Amino acid sequence: MERPAWAPQGIDISVPSVSRMYDFYLGGSHNFEVDREAARKAMEFMPGLPKIMQANRAFMRRAVRHAVSEGITQFLDIGSGIPTFGNVHEVAQAADPEARVAYVDHDSVAVAHSQAVLEGNDRAVIATGDLRRPQEILKSPEVSELLDLERPVALLLVAVLHFIEDADEPQVAVAELSESLAPGSLLVITHASYEGIPLTQEEAGGAVGVYRNIRNPLIMRSRDEVSRFFDGYEMVEPGLVAMPNWRPDTPVVQEQEDPYAFSGFGGVGRKA
Amino acid sequence: MSIPAQASGAPDAEPDGAEDRLRRFATIWSRAIFPSTATSMTRPEFEQHLLPLARRLNDILHARPFDPAPANKVGAALVAAHCTDPDALSSTLGVVDSYLVLYCGGNGPVTLSTEDSRARCARMQHALAGGFTQALRERTLAEQEAIARSALTARSNAEEALHATEARFRAVFKDAAIGIGIADLEGNVLEVNDTLTRMFGGLDHHVRSHKVNEWVHPEDSPHVWKYYEELVRGEREHYRVEKPYYRNDGTVLWTNLTVSLLRDPEGRPQYQLALMEDTTERRLLNLRLRYEATHDALTGLPNRTLFFERLEKALSAADGSRFGLCYLDLDGFKAINDSLGHAAGDRLLVEVADRLQSCATAPGEMVARLGGDEFVALTTGPHTESEVDELACRILGVLATPIRLDGRELTVRGSIGVVEGPAGERSAAEVLRSADITMYRAKSAGGNRFEIADAEADARAITRHGLTTALPAALERGEFFIEYQPLVHLGDGTVHGAEALVRWCHPQHGVLGPDRFIPLAEHTGLIVPLGRWVLEESVRQANFWQERHSDGGPLRINVNLSPTQLHHPRLVAETVDVLERSGLEPGALCLEVTESALIGADDDLLKPLRQLAEMGVDIALDDFGTGYSNLANLRRLPVSVLKLDRSFTRGMQQHPADPVDLKIVEGIVSLAHSLDLAVTVEGVETGAQAEQLRKLGCDTAQGWYYARPGAPDRIHALLLADAV
Repeated sequence: MERPAWAPQGIDISVPSVSRMYDFYLGGSHNFEVDREAARKAMEFMPGLPKIMQANRAFMRRAVRHAVSEGITQFLDIGSGIPTFGNVHEVAQAADPEARVAYVDHDSVAVAHSQAVLEGNDRAVIATGDLRRPQEILKSPEVSELLDLERPVALLLVAVLHFIEDADEPQVAVAELSESLAPGSLLVITHASYEGIPLTQEEAGGAVGVYRNIRNPLIMRSRDEVSRFFDGYEMVEPGLVAMPNWRPDTPVVQEQEDPYAFSGFGGVGRKA
Repeated sequence: MSIPAQASGAPDAEPDGAEDRLRRFATIWSRAIFPSTATSMTRPEFEQHLLPLARRLNDILHARPFDPAPANKVGAALVAAHCTDPDALSSTLGVVDSYLVLYCGGNGPVTLSTEDSRARCARMQHALAGGFTQALRERTLAEQEAIARSALTARSNAEEALHATEARFRAVFKDAAIGIGIADLEGNVLEVNDTLTRMFGGLDHHVRSHKVNEWVHPEDSPHVWKYYEELVRGEREHYRVEKPYYRNDGTVLWTNLTVSLLRDPEGRPQYQLALMEDTTERRLLNLRLRYEATHDALTGLPNRTLFFERLEKALSAADGSRFGLCYLDLDGFKAINDSLGHAAGDRLLVEVADRLQSCATAPGEMVARLGGDEFVALTTGPHTESEVDELACRILGVLATPIRLDGRELTVRGSIGVVEGPAGERSAAEVLRSADITMYRAKSAGGNRFEIADAEADARAITRHGLTTALPAALERGEFFIEYQPLVHLGDGTVHGAEALVRWCHPQHGVLGPDRFIPLAEHTGLIVPLGRWVLEESVRQANFWQERHSDGGPLRINVNLSPTQLHHPRLVAETVDVLERSGLEPGALCLEVTESALIGADDDLLKPLRQLAEMGVDIALDDFGTGYSNLANLRRLPVSVLKLDRSFTRGMQQHPADPVDLKIVEGIVSLAHSLDLAVTVEGVETGAQAEQLRKLGCDTAQGWYYARPGAPDRIHALLLADAV
């Protein structure tokens, strides 16, 4: 049964959370044993998971800097999770102190943590919201008060779309969000995929199974499927690529990079 | 003692200078720990980030006096740069151990002995590891505390929200205008709101002390307990019924009840939730409205609506069922109303209603008032054939006793049409029409009686009815036509004129004679336009004949006038108009009026006839001898022709003729002639008859002996024959 909007979501920290697992992969301690247990299990199948997360963080940092360099100072980060380090507001506000960042997550522990981290920063907020209900995000007071949607915004869907099952129509959700964005807005996406992983699909499938077991299925999508999220956008060079290959700060030396870093895709599109 | 590279501060240190060696150390260090870091920095950034730490290590190595403690800051700095993996520490220690002295040993102002360098390096590693561990521990504790606090905050937020939700629900439950109750699946009442308790009479104990399945009421709909069982077994999610309950004072509470099954998170049935709306008032109001809609306000008897419902039910009853219906109309009620006033009339109706009610007390019997002074009594069951006659007799019986009204005794009588038959053959409307027709039959037979419906009488009445309603359209569509029967001069046998006789060419019934529809036209008033049409048409035809046969003397046209036409105020004006427009001489027109229409006629009625007579129009007294034949009256009437009824000529058809008839006709002719009236005889069928009548002095004759009524050209032909 669908939970009615007015019924509060229960807090059950005995269930692993993808946000806290992510924090664990990145060496953080914002996690509980259940999270670590699940993460370790996933790492048994894919030992390089932390490298993927690291590449993801690094990509996000470059993308945010790129957005600021393009004059965009408004950021909407949906699925922001547990703020570990190198967060969007840190990167953006380091580049432009006027930058404003609205974070959105549906994990109430992540939201509470973000509130604590963001306390005193009047240009960064966190809202409770679910990517599957984009209108609620856009209408939430936190987002609508901080961001001016009449002006370009960088919409960050970093490592979140692969947690939305096809039945929940992620394509529609992205389209709905895009519709309310001003021309010139940027869409920043990273997405898990079997493509690029230095493992067979069978091996990687073990890790996917772990997420399925914690009722947060990880939806691996092909490059084509991911690129469809950018419908209506003009891809920023070099397009949808493995994350380390997206506008690296220094030329990529393949041998120096961990092969796992090339798993999945990252890309930025500009709304026409 | 110089460190050129450092002093110059140039980024590109001289090859193998102190700065260059320091950088190379940082590069080695970076390569060693980068794979185990979680930093989002790139390799070059990270290497750049390590450079100040390498310099610090270099400084500590060469410091005098030597103090390894600051190396713990380097350990802490690694944790701050997110090198939290234990591998980062062991790799760092390995790099420091192997390369610090190698690359930085000679960088100091005083060259250290190898032994001294190694000892210093070892102590620095201890400090660095301690600093790293200390920082990691603090960071871990801080993060654990932060996430635990966040979890607590989130939980208390959720609890607050839950509490608010519960408070809202509590308010909804408590203040709802509908009754809400929750019971377990055994029917034990767990929770009820005040509204529900109030609905049941206000005693909490009364509601809670009964199990849900004990609330049985005799008027429960048949399905309600079946639904209940299905719901508690988990086979039904909800049901909605109208259900009565007993309040604690024994009165009945009517509810719109909705019961829903509540399941636990695993989907097992857990509770039943009842929502009830008190519909008692609404139901009473509906009952009252229903009573008012189905009962006559004056007498309290069931009205037409309810009667039709019952009649339809009786007529759609199972095979073998019969029904009997008495349709009563009071005789002369209008007179009572007119003379004693409506209030008295109403009281009379109430008394009649009460008496009728006493006649139909058996089950399956009912009395209703259809309106005015029309009542019906219905009896149903298998034996109505005999019962309905008894019912009709009882009704006439109760009416026989005079009714006292305002000190007078009024005798009320009624006419009853009785219809009886098996169910399933006729509609309610058909039955009622038959009863109505039959009632009129009883009324025309003198009233104070009942008649039994019979199909033939009904059919006749129905045809009458059909013709009556078809008349106006028939006139518009030109379905009427006129036939002419010659009037022959008895003296010389020439055609003297013709009588116009109207016919109706009915699309279904064929050609109908005037006896079939003139009385109907009289009744509805259509006789006026129909009569005018006949007059116009006949006069036009007569004029046509005049023009063709100017040599044969004036041809007369006889047109019948009905009593209603006689009373019509525009009779004279319209007749004049018709004559003027056609150009026919008034003397060529003869209007026939029946003797009975003129009985008791006063001057007002005779005035138009006098005016017409003065203009020269002949007036004939039709069917003379059938009425009272007030001979004295004849002088007063503006008539110039007597038309003897065919009953007089009938006696002359036999041979020899009836001598009494001969005497009478002779007398009438003599009387007529003495009053200066011409005599026309009808129904002449034989030559002998014609000869007799001629001898008796009759002036003109018509009848089959001469010609039957026919088309106008037949008259034309006869005229031509005369002329030869």
